[in-house]
Amino acid sequence: MADKYILKIWRGRPENQYWEEFELELAPYVNVTSALMEILQNPINIKGERVEPVVWEQGCLEEVCGSCSMLINGKPRQACTALIEKIIKETGSSTITLAPFSKFPLIRDLIVNRDLMFENLKKVRAWINVDGTYERGFGPKISQATQKIMYSLSNCMTCGCCVEACPQVNKNSKFMGPQIMAQVRLFNAHPIGKMVKAKRLKPLMGEGGVNDCGNAQNCVRVCPKNIPLTEAIAAIGRDVTLQAFKDVFSSPDRE
Amino acid sequence: MAVKQTEKKVIIVGGGLAGLSAAVRLAENGCKIQLVSVTKVKRSHSVCAQGGINAAMNTMGEEDSPLIHAYDTIKGGDFLANQPPVLEMCLSGPAIIRMMDRFGCPFNRTPEGTLDFRRFGGTLYNRTAFSGASTGQQLLYSLDEQVRRYEARGMVEKFENHEFMRLVIDDQGIARGIVLMDLFNLKLQVLKADAVVIATGGLGVLYKKSTNSTFCTGAANGRLYQQGMKYGNGEFIQIHPTAIPGIDKMRLISESVRGEGGRIWVYGDSSKFIARPDGTKIPCGKTGEPWYFLEDLYPAFGNLVPRDIGAREILNICEMGLGIDGQMQVYLDISHLSHEKRQKLASVLDIYEKFTGEDPSKVPMKIFPAVHYSMGGAWVDWPASDDADRWTRYRQMTNIPGCFNVGESDYQYHGANRLGANSLLSCIFGGLVTGNEANRYLENIESSFIDMPASIFENEMSKEEEFKQNLLSRNGKENVHRLHDELAEWLVKCVTVKRDNADLKLTMDKIKEIRERYKHISLDDRSRFANQTYAFANQFSAMLDLALIITKGALLRDEFRGAHFKPQFPNRDDEHWLKTTIATYDPNQDEPVISYESVDTRYLKPVLRDYSQAKKVKPTLENIPANIQLPL
Repeated sequence: MADKYILKIWRGRPENQYWEEFELELAPYVNVTSALMEILQNPINIKGERVEPVVWEQGCLEEVCGSCSMLINGKPRQACTALIEKIIKETGSSTITLAPFSKFPLIRDLIVNRDLMFENLKKVRAWINVDGTYERGFGPKISQATQKIMYSLSNCMTCGCCVEACPQVNKNSKFMGPQIMAQVRLFNAHPIGKMVKAKRLKPLMGEGGVNDCGNAQNCVRVCPKNIPLTEAIAAIGRDVTLQAFKDVFSSPDRE
Repeated sequence: MAVKQTEKKVIIVGGGLAGLSAAVRLAENGCKIQLVSVTKVKRSHSVCAQGGINAAMNTMGEEDSPLIHAYDTIKGGDFLANQPPVLEMCLSGPAIIRMMDRFGCPFNRTPEGTLDFRRFGGTLYNRTAFSGASTGQQLLYSLDEQVRRYEARGMVEKFENHEFMRLVIDDQGIARGIVLMDLFNLKLQVLKADAVVIATGGLGVLYKKSTNSTFCTGAANGRLYQQGMKYGNGEFIQIHPTAIPGIDKMRLISESVRGEGGRIWVYGDSSKFIARPDGTKIPCGKTGEPWYFLEDLYPAFGNLVPRDIGAREILNICEMGLGIDGQMQVYLDISHLSHEKRQKLASVLDIYEKFTGEDPSKVPMKIFPAVHYSMGGAWVDWPASDDADRWTRYRQMTNIPGCFNVGESDYQYHGANRLGANSLLSCIFGGLVTGNEANRYLENIESSFIDMPASIFENEMSKEEEFKQNLLSRNGKENVHRLHDELAEWLVKCVTVKRDNADLKLTMDKIKEIRERYKHISLDDRSRFANQTYAFANQFSAMLDLALIITKGALLRDEFRGAHFKPQFPNRDDEHWLKTTIATYDPNQDEPVISYESVDTRYLKPVLRDYSQAKKVKPTLENIPANIQLPL
C-alpha cells in the first residue's frame, strides 16, 4: 500500500474550472472529508504552491444530513463515508478524483446549488395537511408493515445522488428525478396524506413527470440510504396511470 | 399604547427542531417569518439525534407519569435546573408526541399500530418514542415539511446559507433586527423585526472533535454574549459515553443501543479493585473474562446509568489500564441481541460498519466517550405559572428584550446533566413556548422597528463590515485552523470529564494567548465568494469567548455536580453551589464576569442523586400550581 495518495480535484467557479492535485499522507480511517480538512489546514498543491483551500459542503459527517455530496471517482456519493484506503484498494490507484455534481448549478469548487429538489418538494405538497399544532389526539394508527415502508422512504436526506446519477436528468429534459417520486410515494402512503393523493400526483403526470423515467436504475445503485427508488417510481407510475382514468370518470366520495 | 402593525414579523435564526417548531407555531399565530440558517434547514444538526424522544405516556402499565418524568429529569440534572420549565416540559411530552404523530413522523409501531416505546438512560420506565435509530432526523423532517407548507403559502421566507452576524439593538437596549451574511457571496444584509428567535444549537466544534455537526460552532451565542446577552451554566458540557473515535469527528453510537440491551465491557483483571458508589471495593471482574463493569457497579441501572456517570466510569476503567489493549477504548456489545432488536438499531449499526469496516453483529464495537451536548447556553427568563408577574415577563426571552433563545442554545432544561431523549423534547417544547411568547411580545410592544431611525441598522452594518475588512486584511503568521486545533486540544484535555483547578487556570491563560495570536492570523482565502476560511475565522472570535465562559465557570465551581466532576471536590455542595452560573461580557476585562443566581427548587427539594437502587419511587412534587397552561 502506498503511504501517500493524491486528491485530484475539479475545482473553480462557473466558466473557470480546472484540475488541481494535492498529495496527502495515508492514515487508517481517513475519509474524503477529513482529507479536505487537511487541505484546509495546509492548502499546498502537488506543485508546492500555496493555493486557496478547496471549499465543499459538510455537516453531520455521519451520512444523515446529505450535505457532502460530490462525485468521487465519478460516482455520486457522500464524502464523509468515502474511506480513502478502501477506495484505493478497490481501484488499485492512489489517485482519487473529486468533482462537484454536474447536474446542479455550480457555486464554487465542490459546492453546487441543490435548491431545485427543495422546490420540487413544494410542487408535490410533500407534507401532511394537519389542522395545526394544538392538541387533537393521535394521528391515525399505522401498521408495522406500512411504517417500515414509510421509514425507508423517509430516510431521504435530499442529497441529490440519485438525481445526479440519472441519465434522464439532463439539459434536454425536464425530468424531475427519482428523489421526488419516492417522496410522493411516502406522503401518499400515509392515511391522511392519501386524502390529497391526486394533487400530489398531478405534477408528475405530464412532461418531466414519472413517465420520463428511462428505467436505467442508476438511482437505486447510488442511493446512500438504500431507498427503494425504482420500486417507488414503478408504484407512482401505476398511480399516475390510474389517476388519469379517475380524473375522467371518478368523483371523490367514491374512492 | 400598543402599536398595531400591519403584520407581525419574527426573525428565527436556526432551523433545527427548536427553530422549526417555533416557526410552525408563529406562522399558525399569524406571524410572518424570516428563517435564517447556515445550511438547508433540513440538514440541521437535529438529524443526528438517534435514539428517541421522551414522553411519559404509560403505555406499558408501568404506572409512569409526567411527574415521574419531571422527577427523573430534575434528579438526572443534579438539581441545577430551575424546576418550573422542567415540569411543564414533561407535562407537555405526551401532547408533543401526539402532534408529531399527526405530522406524519414515522414512529415505530406496536402490532396494533400504536406507538412503540423503549427505555433510555437515567430512568426505569419505557418512555422513549422512536423512529428507527434516526428519530431526530425523522422529527426534523416532519417539522421541515410543515414549515415548507407555510413557505409555499408565503408565511415563511428562508435565508439558507446565510449566517447570523449580530443583533441590532436600539438605544433602549431592545432587539430590532439582525445583520446576516450570505455565505455564498459574503454580502451583509439587515433584516428588521421586533422579535428575534435564536435557535442555533450547540457548540461541540469548540472541542473540534465531538459528536456535533460542523455547523455547531456556538458562534451565534458567542456573538450575542459579546453584545450583552447573559450566558448560563456554561461549564456543564455533556460527554456521551459511547462514540466511535475518528480523525474528523467522534461519531455517536446512540444510547438506544444500550436501551435495547447493548452491554459495555472490557476484559477483567481480578488483581485490580474498584470502588462502588457506596465506597466498598470490588475486584475488576475475573481475569481474562468479559467484565460488564457498569452492571457490577450499578446493579439497578447497569448500562443505562446517566451519561455523566457512564462516561466517568469508562474513563476511569481505561485509566486503570483495563481498556481494550490498554488503549482508551471499551467494548459495546450487541452481538447477543435478537435479529429483531438489531433491526431497530439498523441505521446506527450501519454507520459503525461504514466507518470501521467491522460488522457489530459479529465483533463488539469499540467506543469511547466524546463531547456531545451543552447543558449551558443563553440565559432565558421563565416566569412560572403562579408567579404574580407571569404575564408581564416572557418565557424563553434573554436579558435583551425582543431576543429569544431556545433549544440546545439555551440553558434551561437539563441542569448539570441531560438525560437521553430529553433534548428532542426540550427543543420542540421550547420552540412551541417561544412561538407563543414571541407572538404575545409582539402584541404588547409599544414601539416598533418601523419607528426606529435608519442609523441604528446602519451602525451595526458598518461595525460588521469593519470587522470583515479587518479580518481579511490581517497579515500575520498564524493560521486560524491551527489555533482551533490548539484550543480544542486544551479544552478536551482539561475541560471535559475530569477537571482540575491548576489545569483550568492554565487553560484560561492558554485561551487568552490564543486570543492574542488570533490578532495575527492571515487567511489563505481572501476571495469574496463562498469563502469558508473567512467565515470560520469570523466565528472563531466568538468561539474563544465561549471557551473562556466554559473554563472560568468550571474553575470557579468547587464541587462535583452532574457533568462537572472535580476530584479535588468530590461531593455535591448544595450549601455553596446550588446556583446557576451567569457569565456577562465586559469589554474592559479580559475574561467573563461571573455572577450567580439561585436555583428554583420549588417542587422538589434536592435529594441524593443515587443510581445504585432500582426502587421505582412515587415522587411527591410540592406546590404544583393549578393554573398551568401548556403550549398544546
